[in-house]
Amino acid sequence: MSSLDESLPEPTGAEVLPGESLRTSEVMSSLDHHETGIPSSEAGPQMTIFDCRDVEVFYGSHQAIRDVSLSFGLREVTALIGPSGCGKSTFLRCLNRMNDLIPSAKVGGHVIYHGQDLYAPEIDPVQVRKRIGMVFQKPNPFPKSIYDNVAFGPRVVGMEGDMDEIVERALVRGALWEEVKDRLDENAFGMSGGQQQRLCIARALATDPDVLLMDEPCSALDPISTGRIEDLMSELKERISIVIVTHNMQQAARVSDKTAFFNVELAADEKSRTGVVVEYDATETIFTNPSDKRTEDYVTGKFG
Amino acid sequence: MTPVTSTERERVRADLVRARSARSAREGLIKGILVLAALLSIATTTAIVFTLLQQTLSFFGTVSPWDYFTGTKWTPLLAGDQQSFGVLPLLWGTFYLTGIGLLVAIPCGLLAAIYLSEFAKPRVRKAVKPILELLAGMPTIIFGYFALTFVTPTILRGLLGIPVKQFNGLSAGLVLGILVIPTIASVSEDAMRSVPSSLREGAYGLGAGRLQVALRVVFPAALSGIVAALILGASRAVGETVIILIAGGQEPSMTLNPTQSFQSMASFIAATARGDIPQNTLKYETIFVVGFTLFCVTLLLNGVSAKVVGRFRQVYE
Amino acid sequence: MTGAQIAANALEGIRHGERKRLAAQLFNGLMYGAIGLAFLALVALIGQTAVKGLPGLSLQFLTNFPSRINPSTSGAQSAIVGTVYLTLLTAVFVIPVGIATALYLEEYADKTRWWNRLIEVNIQNLAAVPSVVYGILGLAFIVRGPLGLGPVLLAGGLTLGLLVLPVVIIVARESIRAVPPSIRDGALALGATKWQTVSRQVLPSARAGIVTGVILSLSRAIGETAPLLVIGAASSPRFNPSGLNDAFTALPIQIFTWTQDPNPQFVDQAATASIVLLLILLGMNGIAIVLRHRYEQRW
Repeated sequence: MSSLDESLPEPTGAEVLPGESLRTSEVMSSLDHHETGIPSSEAGPQMTIFDCRDVEVFYGSHQAIRDVSLSFGLREVTALIGPSGCGKSTFLRCLNRMNDLIPSAKVGGHVIYHGQDLYAPEIDPVQVRKRIGMVFQKPNPFPKSIYDNVAFGPRVVGMEGDMDEIVERALVRGALWEEVKDRLDENAFGMSGGQQQRLCIARALATDPDVLLMDEPCSALDPISTGRIEDLMSELKERISIVIVTHNMQQAARVSDKTAFFNVELAADEKSRTGVVVEYDATETIFTNPSDKRTEDYVTGKFG
Repeated sequence: MTPVTSTERERVRADLVRARSARSAREGLIKGILVLAALLSIATTTAIVFTLLQQTLSFFGTVSPWDYFTGTKWTPLLAGDQQSFGVLPLLWGTFYLTGIGLLVAIPCGLLAAIYLSEFAKPRVRKAVKPILELLAGMPTIIFGYFALTFVTPTILRGLLGIPVKQFNGLSAGLVLGILVIPTIASVSEDAMRSVPSSLREGAYGLGAGRLQVALRVVFPAALSGIVAALILGASRAVGETVIILIAGGQEPSMTLNPTQSFQSMASFIAATARGDIPQNTLKYETIFVVGFTLFCVTLLLNGVSAKVVGRFRQVYE
Repeated sequence: MTGAQIAANALEGIRHGERKRLAAQLFNGLMYGAIGLAFLALVALIGQTAVKGLPGLSLQFLTNFPSRINPSTSGAQSAIVGTVYLTLLTAVFVIPVGIATALYLEEYADKTRWWNRLIEVNIQNLAAVPSVVYGILGLAFIVRGPLGLGPVLLAGGLTLGLLVLPVVIIVARESIRAVPPSIRDGALALGATKWQTVSRQVLPSARAGIVTGVILSLSRAIGETAPLLVIGAASSPRFNPSGLNDAFTALPIQIFTWTQDPNPQFVDQAATASIVLLLILLGMNGIAIVLRHRYEQRW
């Protein structure tokens, strides 16, 4: 846990020091206490989009991840890297309560988003997913028209406004509008893989989320499509925060501001493996001057 | 690039909590409706079992189970001491005619299945499968008509010169077999096609010919699925009503002579039960006790088949 | 090895090869014979029906009511109308209940719970129950007993509906299962509720399979004789059912009635009615193929 402390940015009033127990009201009050109302880059209220404390996930009796405490920066790209099976995707799915859909999954700990613990009992997971978008590893457009794909989210959450405008705005933000504006009625399955993934991004953006979670979005794509999506991410982060799980270290180095390195640890009984966060720091530090040897071994390719 | 203000945070929080109860109620209602639909199937089974059992027990209040299960005369419609409720002739009729049918259907169906699975080129397969599918889709009443007006006079009496009665077991049994060929063929074929091609390739690699691979590698590997197909075919034949009703006659016999008329459990039920039988008569109850017997037989066959298929699935998963 | 031994081995090998070839040829013959038998049976079946039935096929046959006395004025209108009504009734019953059950089992039920597995096993068993037993159920429960509807059209529709319901459920489940989980994940991640996901993405994608399965089940229902016999469908009625509460008949019943007639001309009418039945089935299967093509979803 100590390495985590050292690598976090200088604590502002919004941060919670390790060892302190977390209650939503405490966080709220500490934030209010420091609010100045004057926009500033360093001081002032909430500069993080997520504050996760002691997040753990069990699938049945198997502990998939434990003790994950990370804070993700507002309007930044944070990358989660690490070898296969160390729980990065599992953790990502905690952020928009997608693990709820797996019957055997149990999530513990706290995920604070805009001062609200997403796992509080009064929270509606459907509303959570409206505000926190997700893009999956393999593009999964619906077997419908491009228009209906993008319109689906706004329709089901009951977004108000002119649907044509909403769809156009989303496709523009997803850097797809110029390519498809004349063929919105065509079936999405007719698009190439890269286009489909950008469609999925646009679709996720349509409900106007302020976070986009991306689970290895480029792993099924060719390098050119990958490049376009990476460019898109740089544009998107001006308005939204992004958390991306990636296997591709170079990609993490290219696109992210901060990087968290996950790894597996053998449990005490030596039979099960659990994912933990080894190090979390600015991307440049992780890749050029990591504090933990395991991080260094991973980023230099000694394992993974 | 402003950081998030606390008023925005409040709005977010309200947003996240909003409308949960209304939505949950609606989703719960929908789930409830779906559960009700699913429970209908349970209700159906319960109703079937309850109905059959109730009348069966009432029947056994009058006729002793021993007489029923061991008696060799089935004459419920006769009066006085001519009346007898031994079900063995119906059981015999059912299984004997099924047996005749399987004698036709098993070789024909299995050979067809082996051909389609191991030998036929895709183009040929495309031409042959529709034959089986058409046969499978024919209403059984047309099979019954066929047995009565073609098989009995033209084939049996005419072509083969066998002195069968107008209503006879041979005709019914043979047509029953034709009915069941597609079932045996398609389920066996599925079983054989599910055998991993690596097994075939291994055998080919050792120099085996097509026939040997089909008979010595694929067939044994698919055996449980094939046995399930046979049981399924038998079950289908056991439950079949109209073919036997039309072609087999309404007189039960307990003989090995297929030229006689036969009655099965199912054909007895259909012959006897017409919408106008008075309730609470013994005659009415016979429908149920025979129906219950038939139900149990089919359930048993289905259970055995399911167990065999279950074992079959495990092998390749 | 001596030359003689080599020669003997070779001869043995050749004879073995010959035996192998002979066996293969014999087996080939058997297989073709099997296919031939099936083909011949089909041809004879359809042929006999066509030969005996086509001469009687006329507009009069379709519009006349059945007679018990005079074959030349006899027709199958009540049976045709009855079959059409029964099909509609069965569809109205079976489509919502079947799809709802399939949705529950595939999308909502926790498969580890014993009661859900019981429902599944139960449906498999119901699919294997002989149709005549469904007739008994209809007689004891729907025509008489608790529902007490009498031998009327509604009773016929419900009985046939119960008969084909298990098949519809099984087919619908398969179609729903064929929709990839990624579609559901994608919808849910956008903020859709479970029902929105199911109704707006899963069901539409499963449409082709469900439609085909329903039509095939209805085809089966149309061809059933035994259950309708047992619940007391009318034989040779000279009227069409005027409502759900009216007596009714159907083509299989009319065909059966005519085969029982001592007058061979009426027996021929059974063949004519069979042709009509087959044409209706052909039409339904044709619709199924067209619809499947239109809605087919390739992943």
